[in-house]
Amino acid sequence: MISLYTRRQLINKINLTIAVLMTVFGVFWVVWILWTTLRYGLPALNLQLFTQDTPPPGADGGGLRNAFVGSLLLLGVAVAIGTPIGVLAGTWLGEFAVKHRLGAVVRFLNDILLSAPSIVIGLFAYAILVDPLGHFSGYSGAVALALILIPVVVRTTDEMLRLVPGSLREAAIALGTPHWKMVTKITWKAASTGILTGIILGIARISGETAPLLFTALNNQYFSMDMNHSMANLPIVIFQFALSPYANWQKMAWAGAFVAVGFILVLSLSSRWLLSRGTKL
Amino acid sequence: MNGSEVVTGAQVELSAASEQKSAGKSSGFPADFLFRKFTGFVAFIVAATLVAIMISLIIEGWSALHTFGWKFLITSTWDPVSNVYGALVFIVGTLLSSLIAMVIAVPVSFGIALFISELSPRWLRGPISAVIELLAAIPSIIYGMWGLLVFAPWFGNIEPWINDHLGVIPGIGMLFQGPPMGIGMLTAGIVLAIMVIPFIASVMRDVFMITPAALKESAYALGATTWEVARHVILPFTRRAVTGGIFLGLGRALGETMAVTFIIGNANNLSASLLMPGASIASVIANEFTEATTPLYKSSLLALGLILFVITVVVLALAKLLLLRLDASLEGKKA
Repeated sequence: MISLYTRRQLINKINLTIAVLMTVFGVFWVVWILWTTLRYGLPALNLQLFTQDTPPPGADGGGLRNAFVGSLLLLGVAVAIGTPIGVLAGTWLGEFAVKHRLGAVVRFLNDILLSAPSIVIGLFAYAILVDPLGHFSGYSGAVALALILIPVVVRTTDEMLRLVPGSLREAAIALGTPHWKMVTKITWKAASTGILTGIILGIARISGETAPLLFTALNNQYFSMDMNHSMANLPIVIFQFALSPYANWQKMAWAGAFVAVGFILVLSLSSRWLLSRGTKL
Repeated sequence: MNGSEVVTGAQVELSAASEQKSAGKSSGFPADFLFRKFTGFVAFIVAATLVAIMISLIIEGWSALHTFGWKFLITSTWDPVSNVYGALVFIVGTLLSSLIAMVIAVPVSFGIALFISELSPRWLRGPISAVIELLAAIPSIIYGMWGLLVFAPWFGNIEPWINDHLGVIPGIGMLFQGPPMGIGMLTAGIVLAIMVIPFIASVMRDVFMITPAALKESAYALGATTWEVARHVILPFTRRAVTGGIFLGLGRALGETMAVTFIIGNANNLSASLLMPGASIASVIANEFTEATTPLYKSSLLALGLILFVITVVVLALAKLLLLRLDASLEGKKA
């Protein structure tokens, strides 16, 4: 019969070992997934990928030019719509509604929107834009992406503005600065790294989104810059190519995945770097 | 709207309040009023989006909900040919795959959070947190591809073992019997678990880190082991926020689309075995939406979207309510 002390020590050791194993388990998946993307993506990478359009089923060669361009256009329009809305809404929360009951409600709803399933956002964009207009379009895809971007920007803007010291505001007001000028020239400036981080995080979040684009931008086999019609984009092309039986298409899906993951990793690393630099101020 | 709050913004301090009030009077520019109202209007629009989503989905899904009534929720027929639709298979599939994910993700996240907050040397904390959070940054389509082309074939080799060892347990054995295809409900649950671990683990880590040192130290002083401190001091103290984190992860798992679409198998039937293919609300919408030809078919898919939205909003609202205290205490720490 082992003593209570030994048993407690034993339970402690076992459970702590399990905790360490769980951490190893978590890290293991990251390594496996990144390794897979690297292993299949890297060999499929070549210059053609960026200069040629997606090939028809079964054909050899081709690239992902139309998908890259389409994705960048969608991202660009989504950021153009989402950033001002997100920053303004976040400004209201962070500057005017900190201890406001209405502010708390808006913050609550924004946080739910932040985690809402992206497929539902896509259905919403379909319901308000695609269905009434009668055709899929790049614009509707960009609106769906903007709706996913906005809550991220609202949240970080709100948090970053609340970190700006009140003494800065007091100093500006003591000099007789109008309040709108104080916000736009002083607090926004003080919080700019933080707000930028939020925008970058938001872009990282939406650049891999696939589900909302299924019902909005859809896909286009050809090169197109017309936002008013369906548009090729990287996530949907990866989706379509990965599920196809053609070896060439699958290879290209991995190459696209590699580029997408690389893009997102660079964005998240730079936002992390920006934030660590910003908070030292 | 109170004048002093408007002027001082975030860092309202009692001592500064009176000065701020007089400053507020002197800056009575109409532009200020407009700026405040305009930003408030934009914030209101953002918040109203949630309601707008709900309303638009009700309108679009109305014809399905009206045609089938409550039966839509409790029947499992999904037959585009005869235009009869019921959501039960997909509701069960969504809940079941998320449940599997939670069963795996919660203990793993707890282990990770415990490691980061209590066991890890200080220099390792940042890198480990960063690596785990990378899991959240990887897009779900990559999880789907990796799941279908790499993980599922590998897991298919494990499944005969599961059949032979777990499948023979009386009672729950039937959960683990089935063809070793690699794809199916269990695979979807496992991949979902990996996807939500970063969300649960980071909430747990944050609250574990802000558990007052005095509480932990007093338990250690009584001779408690690290595990006992974690189990009987840290966990009870952070229970609310930990539950919130779990709900947050659950909310994510319920709405996850692309990864699940790739690996759940997309079979519109209910099966007792977790190794059999199934379908979730999100996966069926993703798969069938562009093929939905009749208005009733499309409306049924949008009604499914409405059900998914309602479920996730309830779960996420609960998560947010439970986590509110965490926000407050983290802010207290920053200040």
